[in-house]
Amino acid sequence: MRASVTRDTENARSTMYGKGIIKGLGVTLRRFIETYLDDLRWWGRRYGTREGIAHRASKDGRGIFTVQYPEEKIPVPEEFRFLPFLVYDELPTGERRLRCTACGICSRVCPPQCIWIVRAAYPDTGRPKPEPAEFSIDPDLCMNCGLCAEFCPFDAIKMDHEYELASYQRRVLDLTRLAKSAAYYEQIRPVNAARENAARAAKATARPGVTA
Amino acid sequence: MTDHPAVAPAPQPTASLPDLAARFAGHVVPDSRPGYTGWIVAADHLLEVARALRDELGYDYLSSLTGVDYLPQGKMEVVYHLYRTVGGPGLVLKVQAPRADVVEVPSITSIYPGAEFQEREAWDLLGIRFTGHPDLRRILMWEGFAGHPLRKDWHEPYYEAEAKPFPSRWPDGHYLSAEQRAPLGDNLAYPATFDPSAQDASEGDAALYEALRRAARDANGTALETEPLLVNLGPQHPSTHGVFRVAVLLDGETILGLKAVMGYLHRNHEKIGERNTYIMNMPYTDRLDYLSSMSNNFGYALAVEKLLNIRPPERAEYLRVIMAELTRIANHLMAIGALLNDLGAYFTPMLYALEERELILDIFEMVSGARMMCNYFRFGGVARDLPEGALDKIKDLVCERLPRRMDDLERLLIENEIIQARGIGQGVLSAADAIRYSAAGPLLRASGIPYDVRRAEPYSIYDRFEFDVCVRDNGDIYDRLLIRLDEIRQSMRIVQQAVRQIPDGPVLAKPLPYQMRVPPGEAYGRVEGPKGELGFYVVSDGSPNPWRYHIRAPSFINLTAFERMCLGQKVADVVAILGSIDIVLGEVDR
Repeated sequence: MRASVTRDTENARSTMYGKGIIKGLGVTLRRFIETYLDDLRWWGRRYGTREGIAHRASKDGRGIFTVQYPEEKIPVPEEFRFLPFLVYDELPTGERRLRCTACGICSRVCPPQCIWIVRAAYPDTGRPKPEPAEFSIDPDLCMNCGLCAEFCPFDAIKMDHEYELASYQRRVLDLTRLAKSAAYYEQIRPVNAARENAARAAKATARPGVTA
Repeated sequence: MTDHPAVAPAPQPTASLPDLAARFAGHVVPDSRPGYTGWIVAADHLLEVARALRDELGYDYLSSLTGVDYLPQGKMEVVYHLYRTVGGPGLVLKVQAPRADVVEVPSITSIYPGAEFQEREAWDLLGIRFTGHPDLRRILMWEGFAGHPLRKDWHEPYYEAEAKPFPSRWPDGHYLSAEQRAPLGDNLAYPATFDPSAQDASEGDAALYEALRRAARDANGTALETEPLLVNLGPQHPSTHGVFRVAVLLDGETILGLKAVMGYLHRNHEKIGERNTYIMNMPYTDRLDYLSSMSNNFGYALAVEKLLNIRPPERAEYLRVIMAELTRIANHLMAIGALLNDLGAYFTPMLYALEERELILDIFEMVSGARMMCNYFRFGGVARDLPEGALDKIKDLVCERLPRRMDDLERLLIENEIIQARGIGQGVLSAADAIRYSAAGPLLRASGIPYDVRRAEPYSIYDRFEFDVCVRDNGDIYDRLLIRLDEIRQSMRIVQQAVRQIPDGPVLAKPLPYQMRVPPGEAYGRVEGPKGELGFYVVSDGSPNPWRYHIRAPSFINLTAFERMCLGQKVADVVAILGSIDIVLGEVDR
């Protein structure tokens, strides 16, 4: 394929009168001016607003592109994933019940093996109880791949949107840090949550007696 | 595809897959293990067979060379994947040798010089000594390292078991950090004579400099005894795109010899991969060439799908192609920006390129959840369907914004006199050398070889799209810049067609369990990655973890031709030539 750019090695050196450089400078000058023209056109609504950020990155965006973090933040899409968290449902009694059954699938599919689970046991019989006694995630090992959330059959572990995680020490996430409410999950991932809730409701009506 | 430059036309063989057993009676037998293909060649006839394949049958391109340690069978095997640059399916050769401390196999560098780094890697990691290799030193590990890590009887410290998942995580997973769990030495056997504290780092350097001087002496003759100047560029150097070192031997400013030194980012990705289950490897492939994770996913998914014998549904195929081509655009933008940085165009071109790349990453984030570590492909499809609005965003970008911005970038760059002066005629790689050194991708095509895996051996649904294989004739830095601009436009064409044609439907053939057994056998999945041919050689023994997981990394193998391109150039050009190869150290060092 021959593209629009033609090439004449013989003449390349002889035609050096700075034309190419001036042309290039023209491109940057236009970009510079367009920034100010767009500023005028948007009159103050270009910075610090959701539409302003979206416009700068849209097909019509011209001129400046930069987002002034942390004054401005790009809204993260629904599928954005960072560290995992555990979802709990709030029962009418006010009790928080984790969806996790300590089945161990997440800890077994985890590529860097950063999930540790201690399964609870009934104190009287000693038989395994479907909930975690301890649940630890080492965020230094976690590679944010999202496989745990993908393979969890109980919608119990999900990926968080929180990304400003700087801290002064290494820390392991335990149950107190990991547990977040189903309402929070529905807020950060509305489409996914609605789909999963519908699927669980359908399953519950198909098998009455088994609560979701 | 119009005029093709003057390259000796490869001989056209009559049969598509020749019967080597008949041609080399007694020395070559078909590989009859279930799930395996190819031919097993007697070690002492390897060179003869390889020469005949190259000269008579047209298999002029050595794609991949690697070793496999079949510990239970007591054998070591070297696997060669050969292709014709005129296109078509490949040929797999294997050489077997009994397992020993040092396994000896003849080197094929005299026939395929592109084997040089790959044979060094196999020696380093598997302990296969290639007799006749011009410079057989370790390449990723350091000189003096004890043992060969990819051998199955070599155990890595800090890991409680040879295969994941580890038993300590569930159901009694009391958290312990790795250091508490397995202190160094607990599960590592040093040879009796090995004393880490007595290791001398200069030993490797001495071998390196000796090899460099020897190569330069052989190439330049010894007419006049002058003392050449030895200069190390890197490993800490901003223009090496990571931690990469180049030792150059100079006569004044002219390069007499050059050796690339790598492995500073080595983490034994392949050993990690053999400890992982199949699905666990998917996010790890993101971290190879971390600028084009979708392509890496693609290659690995293809290889495992071959073993599983499944195909993704239509919509997933389209999504794969769209994502892979967007990755190519993003990667080439980054490559162009970084090359211009290396040429001294401080940051304007880089940031112009990065703007558009950011928008592609926005799409990746929307679709896969992450900007760079996408982990989007699954065996038999992709992880999830496009969210609301993503398709419009892709359309806006590739149909409206990108074409305009590419015009801008071309106006900014290609007529610039400085870029022309630094690029035209510099770092030339001839067409014949590009094939000989197994160069791939834009590097090969800028040298005049129109070889693109998407056309030569179409995978996925690439046979449905209309696009041109870009080719440039001069093989210099400037052409390698232009060809990336060309390829961006071709990728836009493909995405434009794909977003028009994409059907509705499921995106995953059938959800696979988190742990599965893969039928025994071998598979080589290759894709045209942005940096060149990216291949995954996977061997399954029927267990949940791959027995062998090897990556044909284009950045790594493209570096084989680096010395060839630099000889006779000025030392300042090394930086520009390296930039024009476009390497990512995550993939080079693995």
